[in-house]
Amino acid sequence: MTDSTVGAPAQPPAQTAGLASGGAGSRRFRGARNYLALIPFHLYLAVFLILPTLIVAIGALTTADGTPTLDNVTVLFTDPTVVDAFVYSIQLSIATAIAGAVLGGLLAWAVARGKPNGLLRQFVIAASGVLAQFGGVMLAFAFLAAFGFNGLVTIFLRDTLHLDLLTDATWIYGFAGLVVVYTYFQIPLMLIVFLPSLDGLRQEWYDASASLGGSSGSFWRHVGGPILAPSFLGALLLLFTNAFSAYATAAALISQGSPLATLQIGASLQSEVVIGRENVGKALALGMIVIVSVVMVIYALIQRRASRWVR
Amino acid sequence: MTASPGAPLSAAAPDIGALAARPRGVGGGRRPSPLQRSARIAILVIVIGYLGLPLFAMLEFSTRGNYGSRSLDSYAAMLNNQDLIDGVTTSLQIAVLTVVGMLLLLVPTMVWTVVRVPRMRRVVEFLCLLPLAIPAIVLVVGIGPIYRWMGQHLGAVGASPLTLAFIDIVLCLPFAYRAIDSSLRSIDSATLADASRSLGAGWPRTIFQVILPNIRAGVLSASVLAIALVLGEYTISSLLSFNTLQVAIYLLGGRDPFISVAVSLSALVFAFILLIVIARVGGGGRRDQREVEEPAT
Amino acid sequence: MTVASPAIASNGHGVGVTFEDMHRWYGSVHALNGLSIDIAPGEFIALLGPSGCGKTTALRALGGLDEVDQGRILVDGRDITRVPTNRRNMGIVFQAYSLFPNMTARDNVAYGLRLRGVDRAARKKKADEMLDLVGLAAQASRYPHQMSGGQQQRVALARALAIEPSVLLLDEPLSALDAKVRRQLREEIRRIQIMIGITTLFVTHDQEEALAMGDRVGVMSAGRLEQIAAPTELYDRPKTRFVAEFVGLTNRIPGTAANGSVTVLGANVPLLDGSAHSGAVFALVRPENIRVVATQDGGARVAAVSFLGSLCRAQVTLPDETLVVAQMSAAEAGDLQPGTAVRVSVLPSPVFAVAD
Repeated sequence: MTDSTVGAPAQPPAQTAGLASGGAGSRRFRGARNYLALIPFHLYLAVFLILPTLIVAIGALTTADGTPTLDNVTVLFTDPTVVDAFVYSIQLSIATAIAGAVLGGLLAWAVARGKPNGLLRQFVIAASGVLAQFGGVMLAFAFLAAFGFNGLVTIFLRDTLHLDLLTDATWIYGFAGLVVVYTYFQIPLMLIVFLPSLDGLRQEWYDASASLGGSSGSFWRHVGGPILAPSFLGALLLLFTNAFSAYATAAALISQGSPLATLQIGASLQSEVVIGRENVGKALALGMIVIVSVVMVIYALIQRRASRWVR
Repeated sequence: MTASPGAPLSAAAPDIGALAARPRGVGGGRRPSPLQRSARIAILVIVIGYLGLPLFAMLEFSTRGNYGSRSLDSYAAMLNNQDLIDGVTTSLQIAVLTVVGMLLLLVPTMVWTVVRVPRMRRVVEFLCLLPLAIPAIVLVVGIGPIYRWMGQHLGAVGASPLTLAFIDIVLCLPFAYRAIDSSLRSIDSATLADASRSLGAGWPRTIFQVILPNIRAGVLSASVLAIALVLGEYTISSLLSFNTLQVAIYLLGGRDPFISVAVSLSALVFAFILLIVIARVGGGGRRDQREVEEPAT
Repeated sequence: MTVASPAIASNGHGVGVTFEDMHRWYGSVHALNGLSIDIAPGEFIALLGPSGCGKTTALRALGGLDEVDQGRILVDGRDITRVPTNRRNMGIVFQAYSLFPNMTARDNVAYGLRLRGVDRAARKKKADEMLDLVGLAAQASRYPHQMSGGQQQRVALARALAIEPSVLLLDEPLSALDAKVRRQLREEIRRIQIMIGITTLFVTHDQEEALAMGDRVGVMSAGRLEQIAAPTELYDRPKTRFVAEFVGLTNRIPGTAANGSVTVLGANVPLLDGSAHSGAVFALVRPENIRVVATQDGGARVAAVSFLGSLCRAQVTLPDETLVVAQMSAAEAGDLQPGTAVRVSVLPSPVFAVAD
């Protein structure tokens, strides 16, 4: 199938003649054949991206035997467990998006002030690339190794400092724990997303502001701040969806109950199917798609504004 | 305006390779004030400390021996654990399939859109970035029925864990797209293609022998990201009940947390080394280009 | 657009600027090596040199954007060496992309006034006057990304002048523009500078620009000032080998030097001070000082001819295979063609000679 991508555009004679006669004109040649080469790509995504999405969307609006119904979707607004899970997910996502954006933004600033090709920069970027993908089982275990009942920090506080602070290691499974764990992968993502915007701030702008009588404060208030604001806001939204979509970390960390929307979906796939609620999982999934899509659309609008200024 | 015609969403899947070398930004020639310098150091210490602490805890945890001694037993044991070896083997095979499939799907399509049908560029970009809006957990809900169908109708092939590569390709599209796109933008593919074809090369040769070598930094970076993604993928394999590396680590965690932490740390270090290598290779190529573009004053 | 408002014209007294033995190291690189220049009030000084010669460092030091490790900077007799940029009151125009992208042209120009607490109406009035001065009154509400490179640099100039600076600093403001716009804008900058009478330091690597704009041109190399002089003087009477070779086109023609003159292509030409003065040398001869006459027994041959409008440049191969370039008026060139046999001679204006 992939071979045809390469093989499909066999040139008809007429087109070859066109090519020989003029480069620019031939480049705009709009034969249908040009589009044929893109079919494998579209076909693939149709099967493995669009079709699953449709299965979710249609399933959410039908019963197990295919009759249209709004019952599944209604569950999103009436079942207290589901409603709580979405609220909890949203709260967690907002909290970790803000924490990640602030800490990651500061880290990006510290890196941007350093040497352009310095070791620190290379190291932080490579580490961020890995750690941003680090959510999941491994991250959960890392935090258990640090803050679990037998974790390094827990033992250190209890046995060396004799502080009874975190001895009860269950906090890591609660909201505070999830915030601390999630923020861990939000910071590197923020760095990766925000660093280009900081790099885009030109030395000339700072110098121009200074030469016109501006202090560092007036530069950030009138120039740097307004220029970075859309990128920062966009990053905040991106971090929100990142936390909102996360499943593996919470799944590995939390063994009791399903306090998050993603965990609810996971549970609906794994547990016994209750008659009449076969497609509730799909409704939950649809709910997530809707929330993430709305956020991503806002993100795209903001990003368009941001990219207008910085070239 | 010269801003990229690409969808604004694109920044959501950043190209890590491109970050390594940066243009001159604020902070160039002046000496920072003492206040700024100490703020910078404080931030670096706090944030890097936060990020480093769990990693250090993993190292400490996984090297615990009897009575407070240090031992590498967990690391030795990890090499003898059959479930783990199976998981790693499966994940590595999936990684290879994912990289190959992703490149075969993406490179010709992207080159083709740039060279022949520029108007489709935004469509392809949109489709590639779409997985960002569809969380893996949602995808698995919708793809479950498809995998059930494959398992029932395609025999052993359809039931193999290697079929996970199909979804992993979709999941890595946004990042792979960005990486390849930024390489593709830095060369004039259309002119290269015209030149190659005017010299008598066919399309396959043009794409794989002329354009591909010129975007290898992006391709390399995309491949490494795909490998990292496959090795770290848990959501889909666990919910579709395939035994991959992460699933093995998770199951092991219940029985012997020391080994599972040892494996996690090893996997991280592996991914880190891969990315450092890419930052070197990719960043190096970009730096050379910049020197040509803007001579130092 | 050519009518200057009284407010601008009345600002027409320049101040003197003095660089005193300035040194600057970047690690082991000696970017400024004892640079001293006296700039008269209202004077337009162009600093010329290859990249890395220290010219930009000198400008940034005057603007307060870079520190000097040693030496002093005086403006109007006052030592400002340690004064921070934002209290120096200097207008700086940068190479490119220095406009604040989040502000319109008007807001950019008004920025310095805003920082000075000028009220909104007055600031708008002044900004519009300045934009009018650079011919962009109609573009006041545009954002930088909506303007061409040349327009952006005009706005940058207006912004720098709006604060009525004591000195105007131009850091290669034309280098990112294409040739036609560059020529147009450089004439305009010079016109405005003369009208306002502001002391100006202009940094460039383009010698045509430097020679066309500067009252005096300073040539820098490796952190040192090689020579500073009026453009014609610099061109006709270079004081150092570097200046002779860097400024303008030169031919290297072998000759023999003795007693303050050099014999080259049969002519005896006086040598400039600082030249190699005895033995076998290369004379550095300007193309316009080489005369080419078509004649059967010439021995030299025309290799190529190019017409540059009213001028004509011929490449000629001497009998010893040395290639020289001669410049003449199109009329003089007559029917020179590749292959024409010619005789080459040198006009007797003083030349610089080097030993190798």
